[in-house]
Amino acid sequence: MTAALALEGVSKRFGDVHAVDDVSLEIGEGAFVALLGASGCGKSTTLRLMAGLDRPDAGRVRMGGRDVTADGASARNIALMFQSYALYPHLTVHQNIATPLRQRRLSALGRLPGAGALRAGLRQRLDAIDAEVRRVAEMLRLETLLGRKPGQLSGGQQQRVALARALVREPAAFLLDEPLSNLDTQLRADTREEIKALHRRTGHPFVLVTHDQADALSMADRVAVMIEGRIAQVAPPDVIFSRPANRGVAAFIGAHPMNLIGPGGLAAALHPAGRDHVVGIRPEQLALTGDGPAEAVMRSTAYQGDRTILRLVGGAEEALQVVLPLGSPAPAEGETLRLAADPGALHLFDAASGARIEHAGGPG
Amino acid sequence: MRVLREAFTTLSLVGPAALAVVLFIFLPVGVVFALAFTDYQIGAPQAAWVGIENFAELFGSKLGRNALLNTLVYAAIVIPASVGLGLLVAIGLFGLAERLPRVSAVLRAVYFLPVAATLVAMAVAWQMLLHPSLGLVNTWVEAAGLTPQNWLTDRGLVLYTLALIGVWQSVGYNMVLFLAGLAAIPTALYDAARVDGAEGGWSRFWLVTWPMLGPTTLFVLIVSAVNAFRVFETVATITRGGPAFASDTIVYALYREGFIYFKAGYASAITVVFFLALLALTALQILLIERRVHYR
Amino acid sequence: MIRGLGSVVVVGLISLGAVMVLLPFAWMVSVSLKPRSEIFTTDVAFLPAAPTLMNYWTALTSTEIPVYLVNGVIVTGGILVLQLLVTVPCAYALAHRRFAGRRLLFGSVVAALLVPFHVTAIPLFIGLAWTGLLNSYTALVLPFVATAFGLFLLRQTFAQIPDELIDAARVDGLSEMAIAWRIAFPLGMPAVIAFSIFSVTAHWNDLFWPLIAVTDPALATPPRGILYFRDEESGDDVGPLMAGATLITAPLILGFLLAQRRFIQGLASTGLKR
Repeated sequence: MTAALALEGVSKRFGDVHAVDDVSLEIGEGAFVALLGASGCGKSTTLRLMAGLDRPDAGRVRMGGRDVTADGASARNIALMFQSYALYPHLTVHQNIATPLRQRRLSALGRLPGAGALRAGLRQRLDAIDAEVRRVAEMLRLETLLGRKPGQLSGGQQQRVALARALVREPAAFLLDEPLSNLDTQLRADTREEIKALHRRTGHPFVLVTHDQADALSMADRVAVMIEGRIAQVAPPDVIFSRPANRGVAAFIGAHPMNLIGPGGLAAALHPAGRDHVVGIRPEQLALTGDGPAEAVMRSTAYQGDRTILRLVGGAEEALQVVLPLGSPAPAEGETLRLAADPGALHLFDAASGARIEHAGGPG
Repeated sequence: MRVLREAFTTLSLVGPAALAVVLFIFLPVGVVFALAFTDYQIGAPQAAWVGIENFAELFGSKLGRNALLNTLVYAAIVIPASVGLGLLVAIGLFGLAERLPRVSAVLRAVYFLPVAATLVAMAVAWQMLLHPSLGLVNTWVEAAGLTPQNWLTDRGLVLYTLALIGVWQSVGYNMVLFLAGLAAIPTALYDAARVDGAEGGWSRFWLVTWPMLGPTTLFVLIVSAVNAFRVFETVATITRGGPAFASDTIVYALYREGFIYFKAGYASAITVVFFLALLALTALQILLIERRVHYR
Repeated sequence: MIRGLGSVVVVGLISLGAVMVLLPFAWMVSVSLKPRSEIFTTDVAFLPAAPTLMNYWTALTSTEIPVYLVNGVIVTGGILVLQLLVTVPCAYALAHRRFAGRRLLFGSVVAALLVPFHVTAIPLFIGLAWTGLLNSYTALVLPFVATAFGLFLLRQTFAQIPDELIDAARVDGLSEMAIAWRIAFPLGMPAVIAFSIFSVTAHWNDLFWPLIAVTDPALATPPRGILYFRDEESGDDVGPLMAGATLITAPLILGFLLAQRRFIQGLASTGLKR
């Protein structure tokens, strides 16, 4: 099956900065892909390349197998929901939602106010546009707001208008740029569900750009992690978490960054391969046990209510973090502790390249 | 005691400015409204109330009507031309700033030059440029095979020539205001317009630029109108309202009647009409801002 | 917004417009550099064939142009200094002190913004005539001490200064006048500079009031002076006249070219002023 949207070896430079460096990515029909990365990693530029707002310096963009690299945004039929929503402040909600249809279906003359009264054919097209606007507005519970201007709406309402404007025209792909970043916590959770439901209902391919791993892991069925302009790993959310493809992804994913130790004595104490390779272990999976193989010294604790985070130093001055679950007593500072980890929870990475090394009995 | 000291402190800070504003702005405005209904002549020992006679003369006499009409014709040319050209130049330079920032900055400075320049000196330069026999313009006109004109002494032409100079002087100012307005439009709106299918510059102009510039355009229009109604320097320098009052305007008439003929009463009536016209423009601006152009 | 061929066309059209904007400047400078024989000729050329500074020498030594320039400096400088002396303390008080009549005063300032100078000219002329002050530097300077625009602009600027900072200065024992000058004034410097540029430009270029208030050529400001010069010479001394016009325009043009951003700021904010 040809992908709805595909990037093939796409690069984009701004001056000396490689914002996007040789990125390839396929978004299949009906897929929900998240582009996840820290700010400045090139994910928004990648999105703009997909939408046709920027042209790549190298590589191609294909839609349904067709090369669209040279096409501008309007020729691609890709919908984009902007982080700032980018609603037209002078137009009502109805007019905002109708804009993509009016721009595509009406001539400049037909877009003049009152033009519908003159020609019957035009009138029919205007009625059709109105019907579609109302259908989408109903889907997003905007019926009562159609006459308002964006400035009169709350942040959450503006966000739904932006969604409606993007969804109204049956796009070939639907791109969302940080759709949740301007919403408060409660609304975020609701909107995540709403976007997932919209994806199921419309069946369009969705691409979500976010710096928030909770958004990416909870909504997408595949996550592409971007680091410094390159795609570090593309995989389903559980694989991203349980089998990070390299050190970069391992350090980026997870509520607390993974401990990456060695190679050296401390790493070797946890796993024999730690003599030559980097050993990774999530702070939640390091246990304090009196007879553990590794040794570290307590430096400080941070109490966070449902858990306590310990900072330790072991081996050759290597920093470690341990997350204690609720109720466990925190050891005193300066105390020497022994640590143990289930071999199944250990990750191994090549010391030079940082690439993942599979080992017998490893996670996955 | 403390209260008294505080009051004294306030007075020392505020007093001079408050006194100046009352003495040099509010008192004169009151006096001018009163004088407008008298036949006061500067230097005369006394004056008499004449009711609306001065206003009747302004609107009834050929000369008065001529000055009002000339000002309106002048404004009717200068406002649309300077606002339209200012907008076009601003849009061009704004687009240019991305690819050729240096060129754009130099051109912007050139267009703004007449705003900073001494208008009287430049009017003298224009007079030389348009000189019937020694001027460059007629030399070029002749070279192009056309008939040379008496740009500043032809009764049918002089007002339009002055309007041209007015446009020359104000395009740069309007351009700067429009450039500020353009810079305030979020670029995400242009991206949204492209995604929504407005690929051509023209459709993006109508979908985003023009409506988003609405408040700026209104502001520029009003400022241009106020400046056009105030035209004085070029008239006083180049034509003195002539020939045969063909370029007489409201502020020049005010000056001539008040300070050459010393008819303070009549000149005050002209002043009052001029002032009320400007106030009406301001009221219109406030009304429109409240009503339409305000989006939030 | 524009690409490829379109951008070439746009640059072309805007450059053409720029040439037309520059034409009077270029002609003024060109004629000022031409010898007499090249000016009074039927064969008018754009550029001087044998450029000379003779006209500038004439303008500076055998005309009153230097006097006009000095008068311009005295009058614009005097106006600006007095405006700031009166405006800064009042704007500070309007922004940071509570006193009876504050709202009334600020409302009056906003109302005064709507009054163009032309409206006050006749009564001011009569008043100055009564007090015998016409035909003096005082007549040229005094009416402009009241600046609604300056009061408004500086009040808005000073209002941005946090109250804590003012209170801290009070705790440190500064008098109110000292706070106005040593705290508010330096902190509001960008607005003060913008206002100063506006004030100097407006009064250096003004013709209306100098035309009315003085009849003595020895008191003429540059625009008033150049008209005296032109009218006396009855068209014989075009070269020195253009040299004089160039000399009068030069200070502000040079200032603009050196500090474009500040000039545009200062002059574009006059949209507020009527």
